[in-house]
Amino acid sequence: MKTLIFKTASNYLLPLLLLFAVFILLRGHYLPGGGFVGGLIASIAFVIHSFANGLETTRKIIKFHPGFLMPVGLTIALVAGAAPWLFGMPFMTGLWMDEPIPVIGLVGSALFFDTGVFLVVIGVTLTIIFTISEGL
Amino acid sequence: MSSPFVVLPIIFQLFLAVLLMFCWTQKNLQKLISVVGSLVAVIISVVLFAAVWKEGIYTTQAGNWVAPFGITFVADTFSTLMVLLTTLAGLAVSVFSVGSVRNARIKFGYFPIYHFLLMGLNGAFLAGDIFNLYVWFEIIIISSFVLITIGGEKAQLEGAVKYVTMNLLASVVFLTAIAILYGLTGSLNMADLSLKVAEIENRGLVNVTAILFLVGFGIKSAVFPLYFWLPASYHTPPPAISAIFGGLLTKVGVYALIRVFTLIFIPDEFMINLISGMAAITILSGGIGALIQNNLRKIFSYLIICHIGFMIAGLGIYTETALIGSVFYLTHDIIVKTTLFMVAGLIFKIKGTYSLRLLGGFYKEYPKLSLLMSISLFSLVGIPPLSGFWAKLFLIEGGLSVGNYWLVGFILLGSFLTLFIIAKVWAGVFWKDSIHIPVKMQVKYFHELKPLKRQAMVGSIIFLSVLSLSIGFGAEYVIQVASKVAESLMNPQDYIHAVLGQTN
Repeated sequence: MKTLIFKTASNYLLPLLLLFAVFILLRGHYLPGGGFVGGLIASIAFVIHSFANGLETTRKIIKFHPGFLMPVGLTIALVAGAAPWLFGMPFMTGLWMDEPIPVIGLVGSALFFDTGVFLVVIGVTLTIIFTISEGL
Repeated sequence: MSSPFVVLPIIFQLFLAVLLMFCWTQKNLQKLISVVGSLVAVIISVVLFAAVWKEGIYTTQAGNWVAPFGITFVADTFSTLMVLLTTLAGLAVSVFSVGSVRNARIKFGYFPIYHFLLMGLNGAFLAGDIFNLYVWFEIIIISSFVLITIGGEKAQLEGAVKYVTMNLLASVVFLTAIAILYGLTGSLNMADLSLKVAEIENRGLVNVTAILFLVGFGIKSAVFPLYFWLPASYHTPPPAISAIFGGLLTKVGVYALIRVFTLIFIPDEFMINLISGMAAITILSGGIGALIQNNLRKIFSYLIICHIGFMIAGLGIYTETALIGSVFYLTHDIIVKTTLFMVAGLIFKIKGTYSLRLLGGFYKEYPKLSLLMSISLFSLVGIPPLSGFWAKLFLIEGGLSVGNYWLVGFILLGSFLTLFIIAKVWAGVFWKDSIHIPVKMQVKYFHELKPLKRQAMVGSIIFLSVLSLSIGFGAEYVIQVASKVAESLMNPQDYIHAVLGQTN
């Protein structure tokens, strides 16, 4: 699919979709959204880019193997889940800051857990799709 | 008692898996992490077991939401015993994997997935919430799908298709049962369900739900008539993988059956007869299936089915003595079946075949190894004082006390069938004169391996054989544990009280 329109559009879509993915991730605590959906949207951004510009170009943008995001995301989620142990509370208890941060709002351990999920989903989806498209 | 560290055996395996994923390309580092990590996991589970043994049931509510709304994890004697056995078998298989799993498989993430599987097993044993139990089952089967197909040999994929299909079907049935149960009671917490199911007046509906659970767990634990996937798939993956499958995967189903049918659905006359009947035919069909097989691993696969029958029989008799037998048998069987599949793997590595007809002369050529292998083989038969004997003693005593003579007859028949099969294996593999087996190109033989790998394979078998011997000779202690488990299974008030606390 090497059309000029798609190629040009994909260059603009990539940052837009990534931004939208982060928005969905942050929105997720009280409203529909969250790490899983956000991660899917972020990986769609890269997939569209790879369709338009070829797999190698997208690989160059990402710079590292997307599979690496899986253990990183799992670590973040694991740390977020285990953090309450430091305060003598059960696994995965939501820890919350007392004061909200401007713009982002109230930050809790759930956000970090969701961020972990976000990264794992990107890692898994991109690894699967890149591996399949390599074989084509 | 409440302690946030009840989930540590689960989280630690997750931690190991994540650590191993960071070392994706370093094979030797992965092996080291897996073995050392498994050793630490054993220590953790011993500490947990000792704490529960001394101070009673530990619980934790994940997310700090009060039961029955939050996700409960319960560590009672039964679940910590199973966690302990899982980590012990896990350690042995991890060491065995160092010796026997090929680098090509390690490159595709064998060790991380293996620890995800152990995480799922530990999770299933510690779960106090029926939906959470389902989730752990999913984690177990997804990791086992990967393990059974990793390497991508033709036979492996063929076995995996049957395995995947039947297990997905079991998950669907299990999930349906949970949905109906939730519709009936409005709760998913197992302790809470125990109280609420007892209050339902429509016993017919409760029995239907119970049978759905029986079918779901029955497929997973391979009882008659739902066992066909097991002998069709367990002989296909590499020995280390079939060792952990044979040792633990079906036993999770048995654990879930025992847990659900002592805590949530107290079986009535009809259910008891149904379970006893299933147990009897499971023993018979597993034993007869094993009789006609020629492939060593297929024989052991059918023996798994036969011996699952023994454990279910304990549930079918449904007295405290019989449950002691079931729990003891579970303990013995996890260790021994894991060893047997490792033994089969070792024989294959030495001789290059699993065929009973082609094998032979093992005793003459490797007398010491033969002696080692004889421990697990004869433990399985249950020659006193080896470990299998004591469990059957309790099962038979329990059966006689309620006058369930025909089931006792089937248990004895199953024991004789096992004896006959093991004698056949012994005669075929060890005593018979060896015949010349053509050397296979694609097999990496035992004598071609590095000394460390050879020691790892033999060492892990020695470790489990010693464990099985100590179960047999230290039967007194195992019986103490098993009786405490059986007592708390028959009187679930403590469990319910520990989970729901002050509200009741």
